[in-house]
Amino acid sequence: MTTNHRAARRRGTAYGVKAAPYGFLAPAVVLFALFFALPIGYALWLSLRKIEISGLGLGKGARQEVWAGLENYTATLTDAELGHGALRVLGYGAIVVPVMLGLALLFALLLDSERVRARSFSRLAIFLPYAIPGVIAALLWGFLYLPDVSPFHYALDRLGLPGPDLLDGGPLFLSLANIAVWGGTGFNMIVIYTSLRSIPAEVYEAAKLDGASPLQIALRVKIPMVAPSLVLTFFFSVIATLQVFSEPTTLKPLTNGVSTTWSPLMKVYNDAFVNGNIHAASATAVVLAAATFVLSFGLLRLANSRTAQGETR
Amino acid sequence: MSHLLHRRLAATATAVALGASALTACGSSGGDRAADSGPVSLTYWAWAPGMDKVADLWNKKNPDIKVTVRKQASGDDLVTKIITAAKAHQAPDLVQAEYQALPTLVTNDVLADISGEVGDAKGKFAPGVWQQTTLGTDAVYAVPQDSGPMMFYYRADLFTQYGLTVPTTWDEFARTARALKKKAPDKALTTFSSNDAGLFAGLAQQAGARWWAIDGEKWKVAIDDPATRKVADFWGGLVAEGAVDNQPMYTPAWNKALNTGKQIAWVSAVWAPGTLTTAAPDTKGKWAMAPLPQWTKGQNATGSWGGSSTAVTNDSDHKAAAATFATWLNTDPEALNALVREGGIYPAATTAQTGDALAKAPDFFANQPDFYTRAAEIAKTTAPSSWGPNVNVAYAAFKDRFGAAAKARSGFGAALTGMQDATVADLKKQGFEVAP
Repeated sequence: MTTNHRAARRRGTAYGVKAAPYGFLAPAVVLFALFFALPIGYALWLSLRKIEISGLGLGKGARQEVWAGLENYTATLTDAELGHGALRVLGYGAIVVPVMLGLALLFALLLDSERVRARSFSRLAIFLPYAIPGVIAALLWGFLYLPDVSPFHYALDRLGLPGPDLLDGGPLFLSLANIAVWGGTGFNMIVIYTSLRSIPAEVYEAAKLDGASPLQIALRVKIPMVAPSLVLTFFFSVIATLQVFSEPTTLKPLTNGVSTTWSPLMKVYNDAFVNGNIHAASATAVVLAAATFVLSFGLLRLANSRTAQGETR
Repeated sequence: MSHLLHRRLAATATAVALGASALTACGSSGGDRAADSGPVSLTYWAWAPGMDKVADLWNKKNPDIKVTVRKQASGDDLVTKIITAAKAHQAPDLVQAEYQALPTLVTNDVLADISGEVGDAKGKFAPGVWQQTTLGTDAVYAVPQDSGPMMFYYRADLFTQYGLTVPTTWDEFARTARALKKKAPDKALTTFSSNDAGLFAGLAQQAGARWWAIDGEKWKVAIDDPATRKVADFWGGLVAEGAVDNQPMYTPAWNKALNTGKQIAWVSAVWAPGTLTTAAPDTKGKWAMAPLPQWTKGQNATGSWGGSSTAVTNDSDHKAAAATFATWLNTDPEALNALVREGGIYPAATTAQTGDALAKAPDFFANQPDFYTRAAEIAKTTAPSSWGPNVNVAYAAFKDRFGAAAKARSGFGAALTGMQDATVADLKKQGFEVAP
């Protein structure tokens, strides 16, 4: 009797131990399912359906949701305007990512150098724009770009020089990129700087004993050692670039140069909330998500294999 | 109208207070539709400022039908919200909707046909305004609230200074623009803005365009018709030769141009005084209003830019009560006076346009005491217009295509064709029957 009892209790404990991990996992799994898997599943479902209208579309039953198969995807993938939007964003990213990360690395190295003065003030000053919301930053720069209210144009005009139209054609890309660089450099600089500070002092001492100049230390020691955080910031920057939305949307009312479908996300927004076509918007969103995933992880893999090679060499 | 209202909204930030819920115990009369027993509660989504105060007037007089005003959003945003709410069968009883949004709401099966309930309201509005609420069918989907008859606004002082006369035809308008450029190359008569399609739609309407029409069991789209093409070529030509500016409206740069006299005229609508008050505060008392230039001398027509209506939804359990309120709100003299006073709207009901509330000119136009008398004269000449189920798509196409064409100063012919094609393609894609 007692043995039986004990065995039962032992079995119960064993069962409890086995179940424990699932118990601990449950909240995460439930949250993941509710707020991640379910919405994605719903978006996929919506993207496979469409609204069909019969006749004039007036009255009851004239509008029905029907199965669309891959129709929305075909429309998205063959949409010339979306393609142009993607190219515009790639062009914009080709300016933003290298300039922003280059500046962030430069500032981080300068702040980390021994003879720097007012280190914490400079760090804060460079970081501060990151704390300004993207929409506010775009408004602020928008005012500075608009010829009639810009102090730059006023100064150029006074000097008798022609002011460039910063909200049009090629300069528009630079103007938009400038907003992103201004806002994003600080954050990336902090990430790189933090990783620079964690390099042990012995490494620098050894380099100095070997007769390396500060420039050589920066190029040969510091940069290779912060390569992982460079990869990380690159990864974040690529994703942020592909998702550009608030800056062009904020500048749109100020100029004829930004269309309602300037970036792919603006097209998704336009489809969903202006044209009321949630099905087309879902399909485009799914395609965008897949493209972002492939592109960012592809680049990450490439970068990782490079750094791994560097280490083995 | 919406621009004025958007601006006012930002400025006033009226609370969504429901006001004193005037369900005082003053007896049972008032509910003129006996179908509903007991007090009826109606929800009204609107953005006109002060609408809650006007609803309070009604609530005091009609204890049986209590109207609660909610500010959810305005203009196009509200249309999206209403359609979403209607999908969940949660739409409010009453909604404020701009005229061009009515077909979109009707084809989404949001609005109820209230032709049986609105009685003789039709006679109280200009035919061109009323016809927008029927979509050209026998149904009535809304009661007109405010309208935006278009007019020509100009800086009287600068017109005298440069020796310009107020244009009465579009030919004279073009000559005036060129004359000004010759005398003052850094100034422009006005700008062609591509960021509000409502202006272009109103100008086309004046020229006789009817962009959408129902042709039997099919929709007919005539955006690229001779009348609109005339308007597009006219403005495209002025932009191409540099006689008028090509930058959008409602930007800080535009405000400055109006405030400093860099642009000395504006083709706008009856609500312009409100916009000018905020955009060009230093020019108070220097502007004057005249009828819109005409295509042929002696003609008398104008278009409308903006304006909204009150509609009843299919989700409402008390459609009759809601329709009674909508009719009262937009035809009763007391309600209209309150709408003008509290909301600053220009009423669509013709009697109210010469009513007490509009006896005095707007402060900004104190130099033109007969402002509203002239406005009422102009409002009578509003040409009819008709809207279709995808105005939003046509307007987005306008913004993008005319924006690019204005930027390139290359004429608007191709942009207009593109706008027509995009609109037709979208209708067909959605499954509407479209007449060739």
